[in-house]
Amino acid sequence: MIGKHFEEKYDLAPHSRGRRVSRRVKSIIFYLLLLIAISLSLTGLLSLIVEIGREGLPWLSWHFLTEFPSRFAEKAGMKSAIMGTVWVISFTALIIIPVGIGAAFYLEEYAKKNLLSKIIEVNISNLAGVPSIVYGLLGLSVFVYYMGLGRSVLAGALTLSLLVLPVVIVVSREAIRTVPESHKQAAYALGANRFQVVYKVILPQAIAGIMTGTILALSRAIGEAAPMIAISALVYLTFVPTSPLDRFSVMPIQIFNWISRPQDDFRGLAAAGIIVLLITLVIMNALAIYIRNRTQVRLEE
Amino acid sequence: MVLNLVSKLILVSILPIVLTGCSSTPDNTITSSNKTSLSGTIEIDGSSTVFPISEAVAEEFYQENPSVRVNVAVSGTGGGFKRFASGEIHINDASREIKETERIAANQNGVEFVELQIGTDGLSVLVDPANNYVDCLTTSELKKIWEPGTKIEYWSDLRAGFPRQKVNRFGPDTDSGTFDFFTDKINGEAQVSTDRYQASADDNVLVRGISGTKGAIGYFGYAYYQENKENLKPIGVDNGNGCIIPTNTTIADGSYSPLSRPLFIYVNVKSLNEPQVKAFVDFYLIHGATLASEVGYVAASDEVFAKNKRLVE
Repeated sequence: MIGKHFEEKYDLAPHSRGRRVSRRVKSIIFYLLLLIAISLSLTGLLSLIVEIGREGLPWLSWHFLTEFPSRFAEKAGMKSAIMGTVWVISFTALIIIPVGIGAAFYLEEYAKKNLLSKIIEVNISNLAGVPSIVYGLLGLSVFVYYMGLGRSVLAGALTLSLLVLPVVIVVSREAIRTVPESHKQAAYALGANRFQVVYKVILPQAIAGIMTGTILALSRAIGEAAPMIAISALVYLTFVPTSPLDRFSVMPIQIFNWISRPQDDFRGLAAAGIIVLLITLVIMNALAIYIRNRTQVRLEE
Repeated sequence: MVLNLVSKLILVSILPIVLTGCSSTPDNTITSSNKTSLSGTIEIDGSSTVFPISEAVAEEFYQENPSVRVNVAVSGTGGGFKRFASGEIHINDASREIKETERIAANQNGVEFVELQIGTDGLSVLVDPANNYVDCLTTSELKKIWEPGTKIEYWSDLRAGFPRQKVNRFGPDTDSGTFDFFTDKINGEAQVSTDRYQASADDNVLVRGISGTKGAIGYFGYAYYQENKENLKPIGVDNGNGCIIPTNTTIADGSYSPLSRPLFIYVNVKSLNEPQVKAFVDFYLIHGATLASEVGYVAASDEVFAKNKRLVE
């Protein structure tokens, strides 16, 4: 059926009946292969979710969200880790949104296309592939020790910002490039200066893509364990941060610690922690889609 | 319009901070007669093996001293000693004694310390529960299995009478303090071992591997064996004084040798002048024994704790 539809659409008149059949068979095989590909990836995800849900749901409760860690699985909660994550990710957002968008605009609209900007470009793409623990060690020596920030929320947020900035910059540049050249030229023709073009013509059209990229980058940051273990390493604490210079823990550190304990109950807790992390991620991704749709509608008006 | 959106986003990202800032205060206002007015911070780092004991002590201490922040981190014994030697932390959890290089580093920074033994961990050697031929191995047999370039392919290669069943080795990865200790005691030099074994940083993976593989042998901390007794078979270790299986008694009286290792906390002496640190260390010495056995270790003897108390005075 699919094969036939394809033939009609592209007017691929068959030369003989045998050839038509073989073509149809091929297209069905291709369709089945695609089906297998999608179901394989979905099965992986689904079995993960089912397994996590089976282990973690019995442990998910209100006090799991509002209690501090404990050596008793029944009493243990994630409050400090959840609040630590909220703090760190909020500050990461505050850092990467202006810096990432600024860098993208500089590279796309302001930088001369010379060797230097080429080098910068290549480096940014390469940075996106550096293992995250490297950023953790860099953050530890630069932010924690050299800048004297200590093992604080701010040091953690700066480290995560370095980690995801390349992604934000690359995605933002793509978004900026989708703005038609004619719109910019029209604005320049009307006497707009470069800032006005960037601010009033390019940014409104590119913001949807930029924001989607930013939130996806933050979604990556929220699940990072390795650099946060290097920066914080804190597992037991009985307070939530009240300033950017406070110590902190984050959800992945807490989950990692629970998984590695000898007692079976803690693996249930870890699964519950993963559920909380997944829900946070889904909310963030939903937010990304919402923002994209909303801004697109506005532009069409 | 764009400005509007950006400012909204910033608002959204700040909101939780404001909320947490408000909600976190009431916790500290509860006062009752048996709660102290101590405040301040205690920074602890170090071994993941000792972490459960320090965490348990911190948790109990928090019940009585809710205004003191006890932060317990896990950077490994070596990572903790680095911070300890620079005076960054008050207490380091250690699953081994301080090394000479670490001692020198501490001296250079003017950090004086006391070493307090809290408990003992018995590295347990385990085989799969279906194994009915191995009950006891001598340390030299263990060495034959674990030395670099080992010639033991089948159990029958080790001792006549063992079946021709392949030996499947499981052990902690090379970053682990447990690996350091085991290789030092069995192979005679830390970090020297055959690489023909399945390594994992996660002891629970080792538990599953050993319990589900025929002919398996592996080693890890006593607490992990205690939690998985029904899936594992412990092997007695013969060091020339007969076959000794790790139990609370044999680990405590030192007869489970050479695989018993002491667990320490190292306390920065200067920090004992801070009242909250002094109170915490005293608390540790009173309740440490009970809590160490509660989390799966064998507590150090009363004499050791008495000695610890004298050291801290």
